[in-house]
Amino acid sequence: MALLDVRGLTVTFDTPEGELCAVDRLDFSMETGETLAIVGESGAGKSQLMMAIMGLLAENGSASGSAIFKGRDLMAMPPRELNRVRGAEIAMIFQDPMTSLNPYLTIEKQMTEVVQHHQGLRREQARAHAVEMLRAVRIPDPEERIRQYPHEYSGGMRQRVMIAMGLLCAPDLLIADEPSTALDVTVQAQITQLIGELGEKSNMSMILITHDLAAVAEIASRVIVMYAGEVVETGSVDDIFYRPGHPYTQGLLASVPRMDSSVDDALHAIPGNPPNLQELPDGCRFRDRCTRAVDACRNRPPVQRLEDGRSSRCVRDIDTGELLDLPTLAEPEPERTASPEPEAVE
Amino acid sequence: MSKPVLRVQDLAVNFTNQTGGIFRRRERVLRAVNGISFDLHESETLGIVGESGSGKSTLARAILGLIKPSRGRVMWRGDNLTEMEEEELRQKRKELQIVFQDPIASLNPRMTAGDIISEPLWTFYPHMARVQVEERARGMMKMVGLLPNQINRYPHEFSGGQCQRIGIARALVLNPRLVVCDEPVSALDVSIQAQIINLLKDLQKKLGLSLIFVAHDLSIVKHISDRVMVMYMGSAMELSTREALYRKPLHPYTSALMKSVPIPDPKLAAEARQSSWLTGDMPSPYDPPKGCVFHTRCPYKVKRCIADVPALRHMEDGNRVACHRAEELDLAI
Repeated sequence: MALLDVRGLTVTFDTPEGELCAVDRLDFSMETGETLAIVGESGAGKSQLMMAIMGLLAENGSASGSAIFKGRDLMAMPPRELNRVRGAEIAMIFQDPMTSLNPYLTIEKQMTEVVQHHQGLRREQARAHAVEMLRAVRIPDPEERIRQYPHEYSGGMRQRVMIAMGLLCAPDLLIADEPSTALDVTVQAQITQLIGELGEKSNMSMILITHDLAAVAEIASRVIVMYAGEVVETGSVDDIFYRPGHPYTQGLLASVPRMDSSVDDALHAIPGNPPNLQELPDGCRFRDRCTRAVDACRNRPPVQRLEDGRSSRCVRDIDTGELLDLPTLAEPEPERTASPEPEAVE
Repeated sequence: MSKPVLRVQDLAVNFTNQTGGIFRRRERVLRAVNGISFDLHESETLGIVGESGSGKSTLARAILGLIKPSRGRVMWRGDNLTEMEEEELRQKRKELQIVFQDPIASLNPRMTAGDIISEPLWTFYPHMARVQVEERARGMMKMVGLLPNQINRYPHEFSGGQCQRIGIARALVLNPRLVVCDEPVSALDVSIQAQIINLLKDLQKKLGLSLIFVAHDLSIVKHISDRVMVMYMGSAMELSTREALYRKPLHPYTSALMKSVPIPDPKLAAEARQSSWLTGDMPSPYDPPKGCVFHTRCPYKVKRCIADVPALRHMEDGNRVACHRAEELDLAI
């Protein structure tokens, strides 16, 4: 049984300009022990997807669909129960370690609170456990440093504290939303390595959300590529990096600036701009920026699913890039029906 | 080579910070930029790379006179910018422009694209005819890859990459000779970053501009720079030509920065992980290490590095490095 199975997840926001669909009927599942990377640029819906599963959407957001975690649907759970799952069974690490810690409380207070609440440990036990976790994320001299306040920690050290806090209750699933983006490049590499090693050692399942494909190359086992609210490609980390099938994944890979390319190589760019989620084009959402688009892309592209778990939402064959013989494919998915207009209030 | 257009000589910027509450007031001095010197030639691009706190943005701003330097000189085509009166300096800004990091925050949300781009014209040429200004704004939009018919749109109607194009058009509308780009792509998506870098490269070639391109990542400046300066804690660690720096960095910190760039290839990334060695964080800027500022994180340090500050010295091939051991270390990629 999958650890997490998400079906038909849709996230919409009510905005002054009308309804905006940030995540559109998303399906994915992950197994225990897997490190799943969800990659996409701003507006792809990668963060909102996780916020929806964790019940943390902003007030104007609403979600539908199901997210079965260890047999229970997170989306249908009463808030009190979901609160127990969050922190104890699923932990989250956010992008900005500067704003995720309370500046008025010592690291000790913030860390022991979590275990006292979820596991009912006494203060001394909780403290010993917290020190142990700080040591696991390689904070030097943890017995001393646990008494300090967040401002006494550097950015990289604060993110280590966040990771240690995430690990306190030995969660089944750790979700990290851009854990290294706000950090300096040399520290980014350290944090990425640390997360990778923790995953290997503890066999913990992880979801890494990132805009930077390169950052997950060494630690992800499977990758989901999102574009404008949809999954465009999935595959193992080797599939995505060595055999990318979707033109967007190919473009994204080519536009990563590399240290090992020749200095004279021109930088590859994907032309155009990401679509406005309020005025999505019909058919393939990447069509306007795709250099290999054809007339058939005006219709919603089919999803090719291979037995090895690869999939691609494109009219071109995932391996050969040849145009698919479309009529032989299964019925295309129906278009999402717009939610009914709310009735006018007198 | 032609005569340099910009000569930065021993430039330093200190910030003083008061701490300790009302009763135990103390002044702490932060040396954000600590004696930087370099020349920039006509149509040359210098990349300045460093992590946050390295002083790269402060340096960029001090060159333009947006921050008052504590020491040193900035010579622009023979004129000393650091000694200029306010009004004289303001007039010189026609030649010296800047593109900021956050394309959305650096544009006034209540002004249209056309207003933003033409504002420098109104400021410096208040008597210019309206039609002429609009024509120029449309021309600039076309030049940076925007549709001139979007001239009346507001920043929120553009994407991040398009906003940065507006910022570039605004910087170029006065025909400057030097443009300082302060992390112009770090806030943009990967697929858009390359568009902006390629655009800047084209414009630089077309207009013969001198460019200073500030970034926190060596992979970004690789494709646009003629020379690259690597900064750490306010000091220059290395200043080399692009070819030399990317083939064989001279300073251990340059090499560390290179190795921390993620590689989009699972096998190579796993190999690179084995060979990376940089640990720890940057020390507090209020209490910089004695001797070489990098010695607390450097695996090659010897006694001398703790005692003596290495000068930025010339190597045989003309590249410059601030490391006592540059000759004996082989940091080739």
